[in-house]
Amino acid sequence: MKIRINNKDFDCKKGEVVLDVALRNGIKIPAVCRHTDLEPQNSCRLCLVEIKGKGLQTSCSTKVENGMEISTESAEIKRLRKINLELLFSQHIEQCSECNWSYKCKLLELARKYEIKITKFNDRKKDFPTYQFGPSVVFDSSKCIDCKNCIAMCQKQGVGFLDNKEKDGFFCTVPGQTKECVYCGQCITHCPSGAFEEVSSIKEVEEALKKGNVVFQFAPAIRSSIGEEFNLPHGSITTGKLVAALRKLGAKKVFDVSFSADITTIEEGGELIERLSEDKNLPMFTSCCPSWVRYVEVYKPELIKHLTSVRSPHIILGGLIKMSEDNPIVVSIMPCVSKKYEITREELKIDGVKPVDYVLTTRELGRMIRKNKIDFEKLEERDPDYPWGEATGAGVIYGATGGVMESALRTVYEKITGKSLGDINLKSVRGLKGVKEAEIKIGKRKVRVAVINGLGNIDGLDYKKYDYIEVMACPGGCIGGGGQPIPIDDEIRKKRAESLYIIDKKKKIRLAHESPFVEKAYREHLKNKKIIHKICHTTYGNNKNK
Amino acid sequence: MDIVKKLKVSELKGRGGGAFSVALKWELVKKAKGKEKYVICNASEGEPNVFKDKFILDNYLSEVINGINIAVDFLNAKDAYIYLNKDYKLKGDIGKCIIFKKTSGYIGGEETAAVEAIEGKRTEPRFKPPFLTDCGLFNCPTLMNNVETFYYVSKVSKGEYNKTRFYSINGDVPNEGVYELPVDMSMFDILKQTGNYPDFDFFAQVGGGASGEIILPQELKKPAFGAGSITIYNKDKTDIYALMEKWAEFFHTGNCDKCAPCREGAFRIYEMVKNRDIDYEVLDEIFFNLKKSSFCALGKCIPLPFESLIKKVK
Repeated sequence: MKIRINNKDFDCKKGEVVLDVALRNGIKIPAVCRHTDLEPQNSCRLCLVEIKGKGLQTSCSTKVENGMEISTESAEIKRLRKINLELLFSQHIEQCSECNWSYKCKLLELARKYEIKITKFNDRKKDFPTYQFGPSVVFDSSKCIDCKNCIAMCQKQGVGFLDNKEKDGFFCTVPGQTKECVYCGQCITHCPSGAFEEVSSIKEVEEALKKGNVVFQFAPAIRSSIGEEFNLPHGSITTGKLVAALRKLGAKKVFDVSFSADITTIEEGGELIERLSEDKNLPMFTSCCPSWVRYVEVYKPELIKHLTSVRSPHIILGGLIKMSEDNPIVVSIMPCVSKKYEITREELKIDGVKPVDYVLTTRELGRMIRKNKIDFEKLEERDPDYPWGEATGAGVIYGATGGVMESALRTVYEKITGKSLGDINLKSVRGLKGVKEAEIKIGKRKVRVAVINGLGNIDGLDYKKYDYIEVMACPGGCIGGGGQPIPIDDEIRKKRAESLYIIDKKKKIRLAHESPFVEKAYREHLKNKKIIHKICHTTYGNNKNK
Repeated sequence: MDIVKKLKVSELKGRGGGAFSVALKWELVKKAKGKEKYVICNASEGEPNVFKDKFILDNYLSEVINGINIAVDFLNAKDAYIYLNKDYKLKGDIGKCIIFKKTSGYIGGEETAAVEAIEGKRTEPRFKPPFLTDCGLFNCPTLMNNVETFYYVSKVSKGEYNKTRFYSINGDVPNEGVYELPVDMSMFDILKQTGNYPDFDFFAQVGGGASGEIILPQELKKPAFGAGSITIYNKDKTDIYALMEKWAEFFHTGNCDKCAPCREGAFRIYEMVKNRDIDYEVLDEIFFNLKKSSFCALGKCIPLPFESLIKKVK
């Protein structure tokens, strides 16, 4: 069907909303509260357009009808947008220099475009409190513009920790009293006003860098997203520049966590084979997502025994670094705010030593690089340090939903059958669908697997149907993590994930168990069961109230 | 003659304030496709100075229930709910109706917000379309009518409807109360007939004690509108700023805070009026914005009492 916007015809499909058709065709309509992951909130009212026969309507929620005639600009619309912007700013304390949105702030861009006075009204929220959720998330409610995206996303995640509470005549967003946060950080990536952010570790890392013994390790998902912090196109692959930037910041060494993802795959694959042969505690769930682990511990403790005992890749590599480097301070660059919580887990300590000392999100690293006036785009590409060698393709795709599953299956298939998979590209577990299923015949046994991304999708899943299930709390997996550059939507998730699969495809070694370097690590460090257990395995259920 | 035909002939209009044709609404729900259908009697009556639904429930509950049952039979509805003001009590037999006590203030009167509340969600309005007649309670076609409407449905079905309605009258009057009088009776006649026509200089608020319009004595030749309330104010004795402050507080605390124009606009009106520091230019902008860009009808209605008071009385 066709609609007419500002006297020009555009093709569109049934079910689309007017805003999407306009934006796709380069017609700018301001929309602050709209996030494509969520049902329209209809809250900011900035996307109002005039529809013939229907009057002023919000374009984010009005579905197209054939022949619809729309105008997106008029004196009246402009006047309304101005007032609504002024009202939104009247509830938003500006802290632009430290904000997650910084130069990408839509509100500020609109304030300039519509020439509004952002201080027209006094700031009614100036005394509003700041809340901290564990070691991961900070919510400064004086910046909140009440769009309620965070609450909707928290509900969509199946957690429902954030809530609305009436206070002095207003419904305010508050941490709920009855639920616990699992630190996925999706509130951060869905907040248009920067009210949510990570608990920053920048200061601590800066201090550590002065001492000169910082070892950085970066997650698989960072290489295709960090570029966005410097305005590069979504999904740009910048592994070499990332390493160069970390060296410039003063790293003693820079390691790639994809390498230890291969170790996770070997260990987890081994555990799966064991459980399959004994038919014990199936399905086995992945455990590299700390928000998923916390969700299980808090909300579904009956699943604890189903979690693989294998540690997440950066914890394993952190352990290896602590074993082999001289008194290092290990800093992980992660797409995630939950990893900040993960490193506080007591049972991960090795002989009383934390495997990882600090976690910085992709955004925090972006901020540090900008602060140090490093021109990211112009950096000469560098290689990470290879104490044992480089990662396989299997280790890189860990950053996308389905990646852990695909890596594990590539390995498990060979280990059980002794034969290689006909096609190692397991496309059925790739992509952004919330629940993906596959069945793969390994030897005599049909192994049924499921891949969940977006924690809310675990609700209603008949998990007993499967043998092995990967769960990532964030939609899209780590490439869509709560610590990643904003904005994030499905288009952006797709591009970041595609880039990881491109890297995988180009790698000579694409199977974790074929890596001679992993073998070397086992030979040199993970020599016996006892050490392997210490560095690579863990327990659950001890810190549910942190 | 079936009930819709009777309703059509009666020209009965909804008495919640919207004055939508009852026959037409019933037909829409009847025609709508859905596995189940629901009937909701809106007894949330949340606005100051409107108390006619309470009067009807206290005195004619059986007629209301009969009206609801007629709707249930007509639609073959699964259940009927009474969405009840939390301060009201029903004395008498309510048959199979399910009572849902309203959880929040003014906003609960908005029909889609009422449905959200009954579904156990936060009381805030839904985006329309779809309308309740197509997709209402639990996503099923839903008929929602007001208490008084169901009362008159019962009367229509029995052939006892004489084109009357209920008026809540209060304020600076000697005979405060609820009166059943003809729908087309002028407000002047209503006040005279009930012995409430003031012998002092006055103005009236009509159609709701917060969102109602301010009417001057010379404008009383037309019938009452909205929820049918008339509140009389003694012009000399009324502090119009105190009056506006009362309205503003009601809107600011009673709205759902979903959309920026209403959440922030109502607050800024309240702030200015309370501080007796009104910037009329800013006020105008806020009113314009409320009328044009509020999410629901309740927000769009907020400017009316203020604007009419400022224009006519100030």
